[in-house]
Amino acid sequence: MSTENHRISVKNLVKKYGDFTAVNDITFDVPAGSTFAFLGPNGAGKTTTIKMLTTLVHPTAGTISVNGFDPAKHSHDVRRSFGIVFQDPSLDDELTAYENMFFHAGLYGVPRAETPTKIKELLEFVELWDRKDSLAKTFSGGMKRRLEIARALLHTPSVLFLDEPTVGLDPQTRNHIWSYIKKLNVERGLTVFFTTHYMEEVEKTADTVAIIDHGKMVAIDTVEGIIAKAGTASLEEAFIKLTGHTIRAEGASAADGFRQMSKVWRGSSRK
Amino acid sequence: MKSNTFYIIYILWLRQIKRYFRSKSRIIGSLGQPILFLVALGFGLGPVYAKAGGGNYIQFLAPGIISMGILFTAIFSGIEIIWDRQFGFLKETLVAPVPRLSIMLGRTLGGATVACFQGLAVLIISVIAGFRPELASLPMAIAFMIGIALVFTALGTAIASVLEDMQGFQLIINFVVMPIFFLSGALFPIDSLPATIKVLVNLNPLSYGVDGLRAVLLGTSHFGLGMDTAVLATFIVVFVSIGAWLFSKIKA
Repeated sequence: MSTENHRISVKNLVKKYGDFTAVNDITFDVPAGSTFAFLGPNGAGKTTTIKMLTTLVHPTAGTISVNGFDPAKHSHDVRRSFGIVFQDPSLDDELTAYENMFFHAGLYGVPRAETPTKIKELLEFVELWDRKDSLAKTFSGGMKRRLEIARALLHTPSVLFLDEPTVGLDPQTRNHIWSYIKKLNVERGLTVFFTTHYMEEVEKTADTVAIIDHGKMVAIDTVEGIIAKAGTASLEEAFIKLTGHTIRAEGASAADGFRQMSKVWRGSSRK
Repeated sequence: MKSNTFYIIYILWLRQIKRYFRSKSRIIGSLGQPILFLVALGFGLGPVYAKAGGGNYIQFLAPGIISMGILFTAIFSGIEIIWDRQFGFLKETLVAPVPRLSIMLGRTLGGATVACFQGLAVLIISVIAGFRPELASLPMAIAFMIGIALVFTALGTAIASVLEDMQGFQLIINFVVMPIFFLSGALFPIDSLPATIKVLVNLNPLSYGVDGLRAVLLGTSHFGLGMDTAVLATFIVVFVSIGAWLFSKIKA
């Protein structure tokens, strides 16, 4: 009943890989026009959740609605309705900024008559119009991210997914990137769903914070609400209190590595 | 919707073309090997071949080396998917609201086009080296070149769809590409080979490509032009289908 004003609605979502449970029964809603920070230590299930929301992985159980569509059943409708900036760069380095935009417009069926104006508008928005004919490989990390944000907006999505959009960038660039994102949220009413490890970014930006650990939702509230509940002085302390001090494996665990290996040899037979 | 599918195929085709012509080092680099084979084998073994009563070796060799140029470029174009996976661009295409089949077809057609350019470049070089083909048969030769290119771009796509990273690349070069090249009759006549090797040659799609090229460019053939055409066409259908199927199974 509440999906009307919720851009994303997730109920009892579960994802299992063999007998490993990556996401264990999580439920949350993302109201339209809000900024939603999805936090957790490495390997907590953040990326798996984003992959399920964005049609790349199908859930084992539970329901998802993104803009009123089920990603598992109506993947094309869902895909047209969101923009995504992946954790790892996803530009074609051998193409120019303009060409990267142009190819995206083609893939997403942006009307061809509108394409040039939209590309110009967005490249101007992220201040890359004067570099439109430069190859993406000549761009700095921050410029690449800006280009990816512009590209993600080309098909006018109503939700923008950002998976660690500022990882590896210097504070100036991070600030710069967030100023664009904030502007999109405030001026265009874009719903923003993001993950990050930088707590000050969350404090500055997020309307709602969800913290996930070991596949379970451990807290979901406003920044102030979470700090108050944890009884700490800052969000960072609250985060550590809620998710523990143990250092998580950077990237893949041994089990992930094994899964990867077996995937190489068995091909992609498993859907 | 229909026209959109064709537009997407066109867009992905265009991307392959742009990347190819932008990478001058790749164009020149991948011409090096065919030139080396043409010069070293053509002039090195030429006199022996002539003495054995085979005639002009460059004439015999050129269609084989043209096929080789196409084979390498085509497989490599297909395998580029692994690079796209590593550099992230693959995700961008896989999360787009378009059927995987149109992505695969666009990439394959683009890769095959690039491979044909490479084949034409080798053809021109072999003419400089002394190759004298029947110019009237050029359109037919190009048709065969497109056929070879399609088969092996699809094969590259199939391989890249099941490999996760470049670690298996050397394996593929040594156990797939090289055997295909050497056991195709590109370098030597296959009429008098031992029976076991002949079986391998007969199972090799490139054998029919090379033989077809010889049939149209020189008028000499082992299998016969009809057989070459039929077998190569069958391989195109089979390999493109397998490639499309495996590509549709890629996980982002």
